[in-house]
Amino acid sequence: MKSSLVATLAVAAVLLFSGAAHAGKTVDEIRARGQLACGVSTGVAGFSAADSKGEWRGMDVDFCRALAAAVLKDPAKVRWSPLTSQQRFTALQSGEIDVLSRNTTWTLGRDAGQGLVYAGYMFIDGQGFLVHKRSGVTAAKQLNGAEICVQTGTTTEKNLAEFARANGIQFKTLMFENLRAVLKAFFSGRCQAFTADASALASIRANDSGKPEDYLVLPDRISKEPLGPVVRRGDEDWFALVRWAIFALLEAEEQGITQANVDQMRKSADPAVQRLLGVSEDVGKPLGLDREWVYRMLKAVGNYSEIFERNVGPTSLLQLPRGINALPRDGGVMYSPPLR
Amino acid sequence: MGAAMKRYLTPGNAVLGALLLWAAWHLFDWAIVQAVFRPDVAACHALEGRGACWGVVAEKYRVIFFGRYPFEEQWRPLLATALMLVMLGLSVSRPFRNRRILVLWGAGLAIFLLLMKGGLFGLANVDTPRWGGLPLTLILTVFGLAGAFPLAVLLALGRNGRLPVVRSVCAVFIEIVRGVPLVAVLFMAAFLFPLFLPQGWDFPALLRVLVGIVLFAGAYLAEVIRGGLLAIPRGQTEAAQALGLSYWQMQVRVILPQALRQVLPALMNSAIALFKDTSLVIIVGLFELTGALGLAVDGDPKWRAFALDGYLFIALIYWIGCFALSRYSRTLERAT
Amino acid sequence: MQKARNLLLQAAIVGLVLLALYALAGIVAAKMRGLGVEPGFGFLAQRAGFDIGDTLIDFDAADSYGRAFVVGLLNTVAVALVAIVASVLLGGALGLGQLARNRLLARLCEAYVELFRNVPLLLQVLIVYVLLIGRLPLPHEAWHVFGDWGPDVWLSKSGLALPWPIWGEGGLMLERPVLGRFTFSGGAMLSPEFMAVASALTLFTAAYIAEVVRGSVQSVSQRQTEAALALGLSDAQTLRFVVVPQALRSMIPPLANQLLNLIKNSSLAVAVGYPDLVAVADTTLNQSGHAVECIAIIMAVYLTLSLLTAALMGGWHARLLRQQGGH
Repeated sequence: MKSSLVATLAVAAVLLFSGAAHAGKTVDEIRARGQLACGVSTGVAGFSAADSKGEWRGMDVDFCRALAAAVLKDPAKVRWSPLTSQQRFTALQSGEIDVLSRNTTWTLGRDAGQGLVYAGYMFIDGQGFLVHKRSGVTAAKQLNGAEICVQTGTTTEKNLAEFARANGIQFKTLMFENLRAVLKAFFSGRCQAFTADASALASIRANDSGKPEDYLVLPDRISKEPLGPVVRRGDEDWFALVRWAIFALLEAEEQGITQANVDQMRKSADPAVQRLLGVSEDVGKPLGLDREWVYRMLKAVGNYSEIFERNVGPTSLLQLPRGINALPRDGGVMYSPPLR
Repeated sequence: MGAAMKRYLTPGNAVLGALLLWAAWHLFDWAIVQAVFRPDVAACHALEGRGACWGVVAEKYRVIFFGRYPFEEQWRPLLATALMLVMLGLSVSRPFRNRRILVLWGAGLAIFLLLMKGGLFGLANVDTPRWGGLPLTLILTVFGLAGAFPLAVLLALGRNGRLPVVRSVCAVFIEIVRGVPLVAVLFMAAFLFPLFLPQGWDFPALLRVLVGIVLFAGAYLAEVIRGGLLAIPRGQTEAAQALGLSYWQMQVRVILPQALRQVLPALMNSAIALFKDTSLVIIVGLFELTGALGLAVDGDPKWRAFALDGYLFIALIYWIGCFALSRYSRTLERAT
Repeated sequence: MQKARNLLLQAAIVGLVLLALYALAGIVAAKMRGLGVEPGFGFLAQRAGFDIGDTLIDFDAADSYGRAFVVGLLNTVAVALVAIVASVLLGGALGLGQLARNRLLARLCEAYVELFRNVPLLLQVLIVYVLLIGRLPLPHEAWHVFGDWGPDVWLSKSGLALPWPIWGEGGLMLERPVLGRFTFSGGAMLSPEFMAVASALTLFTAAYIAEVVRGSVQSVSQRQTEAALALGLSDAQTLRFVVVPQALRSMIPPLANQLLNLIKNSSLAVAVGYPDLVAVADTTLNQSGHAVECIAIIMAVYLTLSLLTAALMGGWHARLLRQQGGH
């Protein structure tokens, strides 16, 4: 009895204090493990979702593949952890994953004070409304008095309530706890509008409505939702690597380097291209990488525009326009500082 | 015979009978005559509600029965489900009513898990989040009961025992669990268990939910078993003690076998209740039979309009399962 | 010797339980702080920030989480009360129906019980809900339930819109529901979510109550009934004065059990988005991260409701036993 009590005490003590000891060199851990541990969603089409063969696909997924290509020289060396919105931050804090690449909105509260830090944004979204065209509604403010379907999430219902207050209108909010229940309710006509991130609404209109021409995503965006990869605080090297991986993908688009032409482009005379692909300068050294890391990322997943087009662009299932997610020269805000 | 006939031929019965016939005919007409059995959406829409659209089942049966399990591997859950049903069938038949059944179940459950999970003998590994449909319903029910039973025996013995502290700990646990809805227990499994674990530890959702179900069912079974224990005459205990049996020997060899035999029908009823209750795990994101139907139909614009027909089909499956079990329980009741 | 060992054993158990709880509390608190959440019930005073569709008292996003919980609790109580009354009536009728001398009627009642008892309640809730939101018309084509002459009651996908008494300038007056651009406003509105949960709870629990009633009435001996009939009492009188009073005594404990189940089962409302206590707790938990506290509140409330129901039914039982003393 006594010895088991002592053992229990010891176990309890270990359990209590085991939480503190995580900082270390994330890159070293990844290399030692031979795998990048990437946290993704449990299934958001276009961002991270397993296809019918169990293969992960999406923008967030491609970004992790690019990271694996940069660090481990093999885009396939990724261990995927599908996480719910409740689990995602805990998984990162506990060291279960190296990077959270899972349509997660960058906010002050999350970026400071939770032991996390955002490396940048991969996609800028915003909460919008999907309505039945027959209702004749063309702007969110016209929805005064309407019944609005919401999936219980983290910020969606708050944004909706704030929008109503700010505009002096009233909604009747119907909250459902999973997406399928919302779809069932909205498409059967139980509510007149459905609010969620516009990217999700576009995909739902295109794929889940049966008749996209009967539905409309209103132009209003009632929230800012910049989505980007998150890492643990305390490892500046890893943070810098993840951040500059995003910039490199953007820079490659700007220079016109694609998955298909990356081998040819190594022979390009353009100094910016030569630098980026590690031909003239070593852009890997400051990050603790070799000089060909960008070349490998592009070879694996292509530049930002290719990732966008493949997963969420006009020809994909989601059919999203590039919009604000374009490079500055095309009227967007996806800006990359110089890689030199 | 004539008198019985006369008793049936009252005007009230005539009206009732006519109504019944009318309703039965309409049901038959709707469910069979007019119904569409082919997976043909256009034909289903053309019905305009005059008949059932069983086509939704014909189209979606793979997802309804196996959830998100990888398509090419679905022979595995099929085989596993068949195995489980055969084992349930064997357990009911007389020749297996002895210790052999335990060995059979041990081996059966191991093979079941191996088939589902894979990773050995060249079977591809399939992680638990992709398990779903009927096999998941069976896992939650059978493994839930298997886990709950020993817990329930301990709780019942504890609550009936002589140690006041043990008695009150068991009583408090049982009453708290029985006082809250299963949904609350499932929320606990989904949201709290991960918080209880130290940093970096994680259990798959299925395992957490199973633990929740074991705790929940354990409390209910404990009260049933306790009822059986209370029905054992004191003389039995005294006789066993006089024979010099220790506490555990006495319980295992003398008291429990009698108590359990006495409450077998009530235990069966608890099993039926659990079978039905497993449908609630959809609330924490596991896709057993009910959830798998939602998966198959609610997200598909083509077939969404026929969700009702799908639900009725699932209801029929549950109904057959529960009805068969309750009939079996009734024969047990007569036997004891 | 034995006694000392027992005492030691018990002390050890108490110690272990306390230690386990302490360790758990430590781990949970550390984890919550890691997530930027300060453990405790203080968050109940914070602004909820979300709206609730179905409310019995005024609520908007500026109100506190605590008030949101009250709204949820009232919704739970409302749906449970409606279902309790309806299921006792339906279940009682079905139970007596099963014993009717008319065999056809009896079989029909038995069939009902077998049908509804053997299908999971969740499935019944979903089926009723899909039926309601699938088959009812849009608000603009709402059915005028009592036609143009009766009270102004409209049935549509938005629910059942009813006239409702309010305090106006001229005292108490009936406010009638009016169709707006999207749906009805004014009067009272029973949402399809409420109707689905209330009716499925009723249909399901009635099957169990029917069995309780049948069992209790059957336990009243055949001879008593025959004696009453021989005394010249009619069927109805026999039922009213002889059978029911005796059956009630044995009926109340199992009936109380069924009502407790009903109250707990009302938590299935979360599956169709009716904002009961569990649904509000679910939303709050997602918003605030206070998982432990929210689940503790759910448990405490249901335990209280259970104890309250048990006490009420127990009191009634005791009173009946006292009144009928001699039997």
